[in-house]
Amino acid sequence: MTAPLIGARVQRKEDYRFLTGAGMYTDDVALPGQAYAAFVRSPHAHARIKKIALDQAKKSPAVLAVYTGADLAAAKVGGLPCGWLITDVNGQPMKEPPYPPLAQGKVRHVGERVAVVIAESLAQARDAAELIEVDYEVLPAVVDPVKAKGAPAIHEAAPDNACYVWALGDKAAVDGAFAKAAHVTKLDFVNNRLIPNAIEPRAANATYSRAEAGYTLYVASQNPHVERLLMTAFVLGLPENKVRVVAPDVGGGFGSKIYLYPEDVVVTWAAKQLNRPVKWTAERTESFVSDAHGRDHVTTAELALDRDGKFLALRVRTTANLGAYLSTFASCIPTILYATLLAGQYTTPLIYCEVTAVFTNTTPVDAYRGAGRPEATYVVERLVETAAREMKLDPAGIRRKNFIRQFPYQTPVALCYDTGNYEATLDAVMKMADVAGFKQRKEESLTKGKLRGLGYACYIEACGIAPSNVAGSLGARAGLFEAGEIRVHPTGTVTVFTGSHSHGQGHETTFAQVVADRLGLPIENVDIVHGDTSKVLFGMGTYGSRSIAVGGTAIVKALDKIVAKGRKIAAHLLEAAEADIEYDRGVFKVAGTDKQKTFGEVAFAAYVPHNYPLDKLEPGLNENAFYDPANFTFPAGSYVCEVEVDRDTGATQIVAFTAVDDFGKIINPMIVEGQVHGGLAQGIGQALTEGCRYDSTGQLVTGSFSDYAIPRAGDVPLFKLDTRETPCTHNPLGVKGCGEAGAIGAPAAVMNAITDALGVKDLPMPATAQTVWRSMHKAA
Amino acid sequence: MHAFDYHRPSNVKEALALASRKDEGRYLAGGQSLVQAMKLRLSSPTDLIDLNAIGDLKALKAESDAVTIGAMVRHAEVAASSGVRKAIPALASLAGIIGDRQVRHMGTLGGSLANNDPAADYPAAVLALGATIVTDKRKIEADKFFKGLYETALGPGELITAVSFPVPKRAAYMKFKNPASRFAIVGVFVADFGGKVRVGVTGAGPCAFRQADMEKALAAKFAPESVASIKVKADGLNSDLHASPEYRAHLITVMAKRAVEAAMK
Repeated sequence: MTAPLIGARVQRKEDYRFLTGAGMYTDDVALPGQAYAAFVRSPHAHARIKKIALDQAKKSPAVLAVYTGADLAAAKVGGLPCGWLITDVNGQPMKEPPYPPLAQGKVRHVGERVAVVIAESLAQARDAAELIEVDYEVLPAVVDPVKAKGAPAIHEAAPDNACYVWALGDKAAVDGAFAKAAHVTKLDFVNNRLIPNAIEPRAANATYSRAEAGYTLYVASQNPHVERLLMTAFVLGLPENKVRVVAPDVGGGFGSKIYLYPEDVVVTWAAKQLNRPVKWTAERTESFVSDAHGRDHVTTAELALDRDGKFLALRVRTTANLGAYLSTFASCIPTILYATLLAGQYTTPLIYCEVTAVFTNTTPVDAYRGAGRPEATYVVERLVETAAREMKLDPAGIRRKNFIRQFPYQTPVALCYDTGNYEATLDAVMKMADVAGFKQRKEESLTKGKLRGLGYACYIEACGIAPSNVAGSLGARAGLFEAGEIRVHPTGTVTVFTGSHSHGQGHETTFAQVVADRLGLPIENVDIVHGDTSKVLFGMGTYGSRSIAVGGTAIVKALDKIVAKGRKIAAHLLEAAEADIEYDRGVFKVAGTDKQKTFGEVAFAAYVPHNYPLDKLEPGLNENAFYDPANFTFPAGSYVCEVEVDRDTGATQIVAFTAVDDFGKIINPMIVEGQVHGGLAQGIGQALTEGCRYDSTGQLVTGSFSDYAIPRAGDVPLFKLDTRETPCTHNPLGVKGCGEAGAIGAPAAVMNAITDALGVKDLPMPATAQTVWRSMHKAA
Repeated sequence: MHAFDYHRPSNVKEALALASRKDEGRYLAGGQSLVQAMKLRLSSPTDLIDLNAIGDLKALKAESDAVTIGAMVRHAEVAASSGVRKAIPALASLAGIIGDRQVRHMGTLGGSLANNDPAADYPAAVLALGATIVTDKRKIEADKFFKGLYETALGPGELITAVSFPVPKRAAYMKFKNPASRFAIVGVFVADFGGKVRVGVTGAGPCAFRQADMEKALAAKFAPESVASIKVKADGLNSDLHASPEYRAHLITVMAKRAVEAAMK
């Protein structure tokens, strides 16, 4: 018998490895005969490639090969596919221009790969790459998504630079509600483009074995099976069974490592050409220009209210910047994962959202922590707070007036919320944040020359993206289930294989807690394996806060099969009817007797089947399960942010941040808190410091940490956290997911607080000191 | 990084001799700017002459009228030095907020001054304290040392050996940090020598400079209100993503006022 582990603050099993430098990341993988790749990247945002002179590079010491787009085209290497087909307002498929791994004829953003040099050492590859001369004819570039439509075409397939115009909702009904509204609140804003900056840069190391006619690719990926599927089936045309993809320890992703990237394709292809392992690891500068960016929406949003502050309708028009090419899931982020969240926590009966997605001469944009949902939350929560101020209503009160209170709740934007209790988190956060004492704190701040402001955000998110058939009907080109396998060893210890992937989330601990708790085993008897297509049966990977809700459920379903088989074995051993066998925390018992067999004894019997019903039951104790969720999960929460603005400099300090989240059942509160801390820091980063900026020619101005400010410890306060719990109704653990919540809710809370402090309607993100100072200067 | 030859002289004479032989050679002090530039292949010296083994450049002497700091003394050592903290606490606290922990434990006073980054912290103190830069050849007054963007009075191969800072009656440094790099968007060092006041400004222009209007006003009355209403002209000030010339001009006044307040505490 063991103590319950679900809900326990178990120290992370993986931390010893990480903290002692014993992790094994892709760049740590050194293979016999290792060769190294260096990419030549475009210095221009938009240019025709007139000529590439390779002679000097080819003659450079220790160079093994130099390849360009022409070589890949000759070898019939395909372009990178997009995993989600969006159908536009006219019923036409979105424009899908080719995305060649190495540029063909034209470059379309700074940092695009033009050539690759492979050499005996990294330094030699880089030296040779410098010798490649590319003759460019520079073309006019466009970076502003709003100007994309009138700009010179980036792709032949999209003459007006539009990928699609997509809409959701009943426009006529929404317009009708606006015409009759007592009050309309309108905001125009930009959801600023962000650069992900995982601590481990992207890396790939591919090798080919002639003996096995197979490839192995080590890659910093969040979803190795998806990487393999896309690469083999769509790009290289290889048999999937001959490609092994390993995502070993991965140092963070935030979405940026979901995608199939050109570098992964090129090193894999080159490994066979050269019969040598080829490794590439991004330098930080390369990460800035080539990892998929996030957000970048330009939005006009309007909320119609009756005279009491009841929401009547919401109307949203967004131009979404997709960058120069369609990254793997780019198309579904500003549509399926954005417009469907616009009901928020409210009963707004009518919602219409129209999205124009455009190509620009910038790095491709795709999912980044939250992916569509932070943008939706920002729209809703900035509008709600602004409406309250305009109508002189209490911002908490206006939210309460409109909360959804009956579940399940069908929103007007496709989603059906299974459960929630928004009042509970709002009540809790207001108490913890001492909203009642704010007025006094504001006066105290003023005596120090500081303007104090308070802002709310009540967010909703849809996690555990699913079900596959619904996603498929919306354009998904992949399934969205998860797979898990429980392998019980003869001595009763357990190895768990999950298709989910951990790159900082702590799966090795959380998933082991679930398994050890369910089986009643000590946690050290359970190990989690992930990230290797040759070990794990299948997997869709980790993104969208889906790991515990979808991956965890697949494991639980496999566990159920283990216990079911164990009961059969125990029934035989105990000479009892199967129906009389109970399983309780590590022990199979005959109900109402003291006859019992431990889990270990049953496992041993399964593998040494001397006394075993071989006529009825296979030996062994190994089960797998695939789980396709019935619905999304809907974590929600209420945040209160309090800021002080320095009147002299415009600098904003977040003096308090209180977050009360409802993640359903929580497996490990310590890990959940860590996820919330990180998410909040990233959300605060978006609001205060992070803003990717291009100049008008398409040069990335914020191309290094000297100019792109990710928040540091000193930029965030000591967070005050708590949780409330409404268990998810459609998965056995009652879990919802927590990875993105902080990043989803924080930007609106921070900006609501700053605008409150300044008494202004709106302010662009990031609200840097200069931005705030200018706003005060203008107001003065 | 391109290939280079590495030298590690054990005294100043050897270092100078190497520098005179290697046209494209560079002295390596803390390496916090040069090595970054080399890694990005923006700088490709043929030879690096590492000064880290030269004990003579590492002396630190705090006396009642002056603090003399060897060129190879690291920022963290200045920040932690009880002598500096006692004689010119503002200088120690400036050193303690340069860059980040790693930079402070590698970066050196001489390296910072020779590099003359427009947003470096030390130049503000050197100017405001009227320090003397001692080289292998001569002594250079602070006012004649900073010539422009990354440009100094140092001749080819000339090596800073130490810097001597006169001890003021009171002083303080206020820095408004770039949120990304933590360099100064504007840093103002105010030093009161009893009737004579010097104000050094960094981060705002192509290189550090003195602010004459403020010096005059503070000499008349050393109080925050003396500078609070001085409007600095934005002409010629730096402009970048983080701050316009107008914002920098405004920040010079704010930081000067706060530095005076701090110096009076």
